[in-house]
Amino acid sequence: MPASVLADGLRRIGAGTRRSIARLGFAARFFVAVLTHSPAGLRRIRLTLREIYFAGVLSLVIILVSGLFVGMVLALQGYDVLQRYGASESLGILVALSLVRELGPVVAGLLFASRAGSAITAEIGLMKATEQLSAMEMMAVDPLARVVAPRFWGGVISMPLLAALFSTLGIFGAYLVGVRLIGIDAGSFWGNMQSVVDFRADIVNGIIKSAVFGLIVSLIAVFEGYDAAPTAEGVSSATTRTVVGSSLAILAADFVLTVFMFRGVGVL
Amino acid sequence: MNRSTIDLWVGIFVALGLGAILFLSLKVGNLLTTTTREGYHVEAAFSNIGGLKLRAPAKAAGVVVGRVEKIRLDPQTYEAIVTFVIDPQYKFSKDTIASINTSGLLGEVYVGLDAGGDSEMIADGGRIAKTQSAVVLEKLISQFLFDKAQQEGGK
Repeated sequence: MPASVLADGLRRIGAGTRRSIARLGFAARFFVAVLTHSPAGLRRIRLTLREIYFAGVLSLVIILVSGLFVGMVLALQGYDVLQRYGASESLGILVALSLVRELGPVVAGLLFASRAGSAITAEIGLMKATEQLSAMEMMAVDPLARVVAPRFWGGVISMPLLAALFSTLGIFGAYLVGVRLIGIDAGSFWGNMQSVVDFRADIVNGIIKSAVFGLIVSLIAVFEGYDAAPTAEGVSSATTRTVVGSSLAILAADFVLTVFMFRGVGVL
Repeated sequence: MNRSTIDLWVGIFVALGLGAILFLSLKVGNLLTTTTREGYHVEAAFSNIGGLKLRAPAKAAGVVVGRVEKIRLDPQTYEAIVTFVIDPQYKFSKDTIASINTSGLLGEVYVGLDAGGDSEMIADGGRIAKTQSAVVLEKLISQFLFDKAQQEGGK
């Protein structure tokens, strides 16, 4: 029956579309609910501090070590290209601009999504699967204020700090390779960097980017955890969805933000 | 993990993060010395600005004293009107010459300011009367070839 096969296929597409739109709507309403429950959650600041510890402090090692290595590799590769044009003194500019504008926020965001986002989803998902969330509701404790809001804000606060640390360690790594190992003049390394990097257009925009990425990752992580099917399988697939979804969302948002930021300074 | 240990670590983390932002602002972005954003505005009309871009530096004797803020075309004279912001600690006389230069063959394009000897200084919103346009390499080459061809033809 080709007609019924076609109808089945169309029906499946329709159901999929309807389901994803409904999920998007649920996510948007969930975001608003998290925001309205935030004052109640943030009043008990110790809960948020605990989440900053888990999301931020425990991510420090991976962020610092990756930042250092990204900076060192960037310096080696950048030097190889720049010295062909006799512009090896511009290494500081290349490294600082690529780290502060792009690599810092994006790579730190990707690492944050896989290190902290996945943990948040798994934790909330497991709380749901073991009916801890329902138990809290029974005791008249709002799980949105008690569990979700602190994790959300913990991620939002940690992310810009982690991205700034990533960029800083990256520039330090580039300094080690460029100045200490290759022997570029330290004065021109820092001087050229300072003459080109702009506070408003580069550093503030980088911080804005990392704050947006922090919001995206934290929202996706708490939403996927809260929305997970209450089974072992459900929690595992929700964790995967967090990492994949927030990584793709970071890259897409990065493109959009970069276009707007370039518009702002007249590059485009 | 007890409370005070968590507090201590969060404190260290936040201090490190703010320190990193401070380092990026001061050491990398050079926030302290780039005060050119606040300054006085000066206009200059050029018949050709070549590859001048927004935020290009304005230099006097090679020292950066300001940045290009706005470039527009005057619809009456068809000249490019370039507005730049100059650091208020530097004053330029009325007969300053503004020229569009390139640092090296492939380097960045900047506005060069050569101070004159007039005792009157340019005020905020003032205009530099004497300008020198960008040298367009292609025009020079085509002119050279044209002259060469004319010489050959005259023989």
